[in-house]
Amino acid sequence: MTTNMYPNFELDINKVNEGEGSFRDFSKFRKRQSPSLGKALVDDDKTVGEWSTHSPRITCRSINVRYGTKLAIDKVSLDIGRNEVISFIGPSGCGKSTLLRCLNRMNDTIPNCRVRGEIKLDGEDIYRREIDVVPLRAKVGMVFQKPNPFPKSIFENVAYGPRIHGLSMSKEELAEIVETSLRRAGLWDEVKDYLDHPGTGLSGGQQQRLCIARTIAVNPEVILMDEPCSALDPIATAKIEQLIDELRELYTIVIVTHSMQQAARVSQRTAYFHMGKLIEVGETANVFTNPLHKLTDDYISGRFG
Amino acid sequence: MDRLNDGHTVKSYDGELEHLHCLVLEIGGLVIHQVDEALTSFKNRDPELAQKVIAMDHEVDQLEVQTDDAVSKIIAKRWPVSSDLRLVIAASKSVSDLERIGDEAVRIAGMVIQLFGSEGSEPNSLMLRDINRIGSLALVSLRNAVAIFDVWNEEKAMLVIESHREMEEEFQGDLRHLLTYVLEDYRNIGFAVSVILVIKALERIGHHAHNLAEHVIFRVHGEDVRSRQPCQDG
Repeated sequence: MTTNMYPNFELDINKVNEGEGSFRDFSKFRKRQSPSLGKALVDDDKTVGEWSTHSPRITCRSINVRYGTKLAIDKVSLDIGRNEVISFIGPSGCGKSTLLRCLNRMNDTIPNCRVRGEIKLDGEDIYRREIDVVPLRAKVGMVFQKPNPFPKSIFENVAYGPRIHGLSMSKEELAEIVETSLRRAGLWDEVKDYLDHPGTGLSGGQQQRLCIARTIAVNPEVILMDEPCSALDPIATAKIEQLIDELRELYTIVIVTHSMQQAARVSQRTAYFHMGKLIEVGETANVFTNPLHKLTDDYISGRFG
Repeated sequence: MDRLNDGHTVKSYDGELEHLHCLVLEIGGLVIHQVDEALTSFKNRDPELAQKVIAMDHEVDQLEVQTDDAVSKIIAKRWPVSSDLRLVIAASKSVSDLERIGDEAVRIAGMVIQLFGSEGSEPNSLMLRDINRIGSLALVSLRNAVAIFDVWNEEKAMLVIESHREMEEEFQGDLRHLLTYVLEDYRNIGFAVSVILVIKALERIGHHAHNLAEHVIFRVHGEDVRSRQPCQDG
């Protein structure tokens, strides 16, 4: 039985081609196929996939970032669309967090860090000299890996931003902003009776949602999330992911994550970085079922040795 | 070098995928044998051999259960993506195609027992010639399909898909052919119906082999060719 399991091929290619002009002609089939063959799994380091979008909120063009002499990001161009969640994935040191931090100029605080290229938010260059980074960071909020509530009450944690940015005229208005923000962050029902309790007394997942409430209290356009769930348990993670899905209606969300399943679950687009280069961008479903670049494929399927 | 065979960082994952792949090939080998024996039993009018073909089905069913189990365990444990995911899907679909091929072989064997099991009417041997021809077409398709599943060769998969047309034409031709015997002498009708059922079973086997080839292309390419129409010239 084993001897005839893999016989030589008995099909004759010429014979198959004989029926030219017929419905399922071999050569026509091949013609149709060649475009996808051409783009399959390339090896060079140019970005593959759709890095631009139809109506971008943030546009990055030829971004280079250096820490001293080390090139952390190498000529990255990427559009981030309105009301979309885009995830940045890639191995440690690939530049994904660096790029995330460029988007609200968090890198300004790092000495020796030089950013070249052009990043525009709603058409406005955020690296212009006269840009004030404080309102910029209100527009482009950030949630960090470890929940970092202020050592103040839950109410004050959320009220702080709107107050310093002058977003509320009265106490009532401020209370309203705090309530809406906490509601949007899915935390209101859990904390409404303890608003004067310290924010640090909440559980990890609640603290992270408090930080998200604090971010959305100042009415941002973009929310950057740097591994927001890596310190949380699966239940708290699921709550944050559900929240991300709800917030997508109102904000543009960029999320850096080491969990590929999380990227697959929450984002509409996925960008894969490798050694400072943007290797591939595409719709998340396509990236995870049929990546175009070999490096992406190796990374997501666990083939990096 | 075939990039689909690059190893994972976690070696046991490779082992599990390889195991799944081998299970499918094992079922493939088994159903090739089953179809081959079913055709032989028809040719030799051998109801005993036909009994053996029917008995083999149990083994195929067991392997199918094992494969389904391997598929769900890999999905649960490894969360396969990209070409691994496509391998798992292709394996899962191929197994049900193979299992159905086994069922068709059993159907043919059953017909052998019915036709040649008892002494009596001597069937018209001219009518049996069609079965041999379409039978060998189906068997070649099936062998090729299982072989390409082993090596993931997309070009050869395309050939199997293309050769399916020949099979369909043969099937239509056989139907017309058998009809002439019926028109000639209506007493042939009972036997003609049996032959048609066997031919239909063989046509199904060819069709499932064609599906296998499509699964191979899906695995290699990430593209579903099932609904694709060839483009028109001009």
